[in-house]
Amino acid sequence: MSTAVIDIPETVVPVATDVTFRIRRYRPEYDQEPHWEDYTVALYPTDRVLTALEKIKAELDGSLTFRRSCGHGICGSDAMRINGRNRLACKTLVKDLDISKVITVEAIKGLPLEKDLVVDMEPFFAAYRQVLPFLMPEGHEPTKERIQSAEDRARFDDTTKCILCACCTTSCPVFWTDEAYFGPAAIVAAHRFIFDSRDAGSEARLEVLNEKEGVWRCRTTFNCTDACPRGIEVTKAIQEVKRALIFKRV
Amino acid sequence: MQTHVYDVIIVGAGGAGMRAALESGTRARTAVLTKLYPTRSHTGAAQGGMCAALANVEEDNWEWHTFDTIKGGDYLVDQDAAEIMCKEAIDAVLDLEKMGLPFNRTPEGRIDQRRFGGHTRNHGEAAVRRACYAADRTGHMILQTLYQNCIKEGVEFYNEFYVLDVLLNEESGEPVAAGVVAYELATGEIHIFKAKSIIFATGGFGKVFKTTSNAHTLTGDGMGIIWRKGLPLEDMEFYQFHPTGLAGLGVLLTEGARGEGGILRNATGERFMERVAPTIKDLAPRDMVARAMVQEVREGRGAGPHKDYVYLDLTHLPKEQIEAKLPDITEFARTYLGVDPVTELVPVFPTAHYAMGGIPTDVETRVLRDNEHVVPGLFAAGECACVSVHGANRLGTNSLLDINVFGRRAGIAAAEYANMVDHVELPNDSQGQTITMVEMLRSSNGTERVAPLRKELQETMDMNAQVYRTEVTLKQALNDVHALRERYKNVSIQDKGTRYNTDLLEAIELGFLLDLAEVLVVSALERKESRGGHAREDYPHRDDVNFMRHTMASRKVNAEGEEFVSLEYKPVSMTRYEPMERKY
Repeated sequence: MSTAVIDIPETVVPVATDVTFRIRRYRPEYDQEPHWEDYTVALYPTDRVLTALEKIKAELDGSLTFRRSCGHGICGSDAMRINGRNRLACKTLVKDLDISKVITVEAIKGLPLEKDLVVDMEPFFAAYRQVLPFLMPEGHEPTKERIQSAEDRARFDDTTKCILCACCTTSCPVFWTDEAYFGPAAIVAAHRFIFDSRDAGSEARLEVLNEKEGVWRCRTTFNCTDACPRGIEVTKAIQEVKRALIFKRV
Repeated sequence: MQTHVYDVIIVGAGGAGMRAALESGTRARTAVLTKLYPTRSHTGAAQGGMCAALANVEEDNWEWHTFDTIKGGDYLVDQDAAEIMCKEAIDAVLDLEKMGLPFNRTPEGRIDQRRFGGHTRNHGEAAVRRACYAADRTGHMILQTLYQNCIKEGVEFYNEFYVLDVLLNEESGEPVAAGVVAYELATGEIHIFKAKSIIFATGGFGKVFKTTSNAHTLTGDGMGIIWRKGLPLEDMEFYQFHPTGLAGLGVLLTEGARGEGGILRNATGERFMERVAPTIKDLAPRDMVARAMVQEVREGRGAGPHKDYVYLDLTHLPKEQIEAKLPDITEFARTYLGVDPVTELVPVFPTAHYAMGGIPTDVETRVLRDNEHVVPGLFAAGECACVSVHGANRLGTNSLLDINVFGRRAGIAAAEYANMVDHVELPNDSQGQTITMVEMLRSSNGTERVAPLRKELQETMDMNAQVYRTEVTLKQALNDVHALRERYKNVSIQDKGTRYNTDLLEAIELGFLLDLAEVLVVSALERKESRGGHAREDYPHRDDVNFMRHTMASRKVNAEGEEFVSLEYKPVSMTRYEPMERKY
């Protein structure tokens, strides 16, 4: 096939429109309770909700507080509830929202609210640490790499994509009512190792997950799968971990 | 105010910081301070791979890798350092695999390897498959794997602790590391961390530019802190513009896309890299590809309504290959531009990506205070450091390699040093300067705001100090930066609170960006040649007679009490590679 020259299509220029955001504000040093405030900024259809928050902070209220870093859905800093759904602000585009209505933005639920859109992430990471999220191989270390077939590598590919943004865990109704529940993200992390052919630590990990606050609390509401910005089949991963517990093998 | 005492303090929890922590943590009492959470670090955004001459899929050796790194860096690379990096690359990859990193595999179950820009067989014969990878999320896997191993080893983290100053004391009239001062984001409290060894692993400063692949948080804090202490920064004029940023956004699309067979095309559909690099074409080093793209646009062959970008074409690749090997960038193009790379051309243009320069170190990662002497107890690794293994232009994948090789070396060196010495006394009023800076910003009633100043800085840097530079554009940038620095003195913030004050944080970050922009531009003005990532249109050729040397910039104060950027130079370390003309 020749790769030297091909035909090029035409493109169109977009326009900016005013969009109103209703943000749940909470400044612990000034506010008794969280409250909603409206802000209107001009945005292009291809702008992200994160762009809107940056604009609001720059142009309207510098005290608006939120976490963000990479800005393109890979660092997991800016999980928030947008129109009642857990999403990453940097991966939610204006064109995908109904801007004829006010867009609501609030902090993710189930973790202690610290300020505006910022929650205390420590309980989330504590649950992650509990499931022993690291490779536990057995036997002597090989001189070169461990051999793993492409099929074995593919077995846990989906759950390696997790960026620990907490979209799944904080969309889970069980987690909202029972803070001791590990939550979907921690189980996803466990899955990533349980189904890795190089790992020999499944027994210890499954023991943790078999506890009262472990995997059995899941009620398969699929909120987590819907919320995952990385497209991980979270509920499926949880089901696979349950099955591994029942049949005691992976 | 709280005071903590450790043997080793690591500033930054990206790849270099956490790789260092894994070594240091088992040898000495260690803590890692990060202004984010470790898993938010920008190592996670790296995509394409990490090169090492494993020779898993074709003949290769680390000497070829060394040669490519030196030639790719336009001979400004310190050759002894490049040899170390390329030799230790093999163990660095194997270490990660043993820690659990899920690399893509060959049919035999070995770590798979693919082609990448500037990496060649036998000194330039043809592109070689050297990049070990995990789809197009290699950086994500490295960051996750290192964090997971830090959990396994019980490494202590202080999350959302923003380091604002390094404390030095004097011993026999020479500076020695004593600790750092950090601002706790959650509370606004100032903490002092007393330590025998301090490792800076704070990453880059891409936010001096408007169009960048870098995170919002990459504001050069570590380099800025070192700079304000009067210590030198090396080769700051060398900044890499990655060819394939999503047009208008700067979001990175890995060079691995071209490694898998992707092609760059101009508005007429022509594969223009054939003209520029006849042998390896689209896999030429990044500086050459970025210049070629800008040239296409300047000569009217740019695509789109404003003719201001070119295309990355993957449409001739099988859908399964794109979705298996390049899933994330495929999603980025779909999400942010509404373009499907499987069937459509993706608009791309160079995006500010990587600082080749930084805090000068020796190969043991010890920070240099001049061409010969180190600051005892102070170490640096990763993008914030300049060893220099990247010279005037870094090859793709060599940054993930750098953080692993020199992160590891930093962890070992820092712990070993700490185990040999006693704590150095903290200087008087250790926290004074930091408290003054924070309180002045918090209480200022100035009329300037952070966001517009930052925007103006980024715009002038994009306009005047980007892929191509001239004396005229650089002087314009310098004037603009000076004016912005004056206005910055009058900056104020709206959030006067102490808890999670990101308004304050951004104001401090802007201060570092302004300092570093000035260093970059002054260093660039004085380098009257074109080499690697530094392309001067008024001096279009490499000048080995006058400029085969590293720039060492440091902050000085003149008799009138005014700060200025003072430039000195350092020889390039050569071993066996004579500079040649750079053709691909």
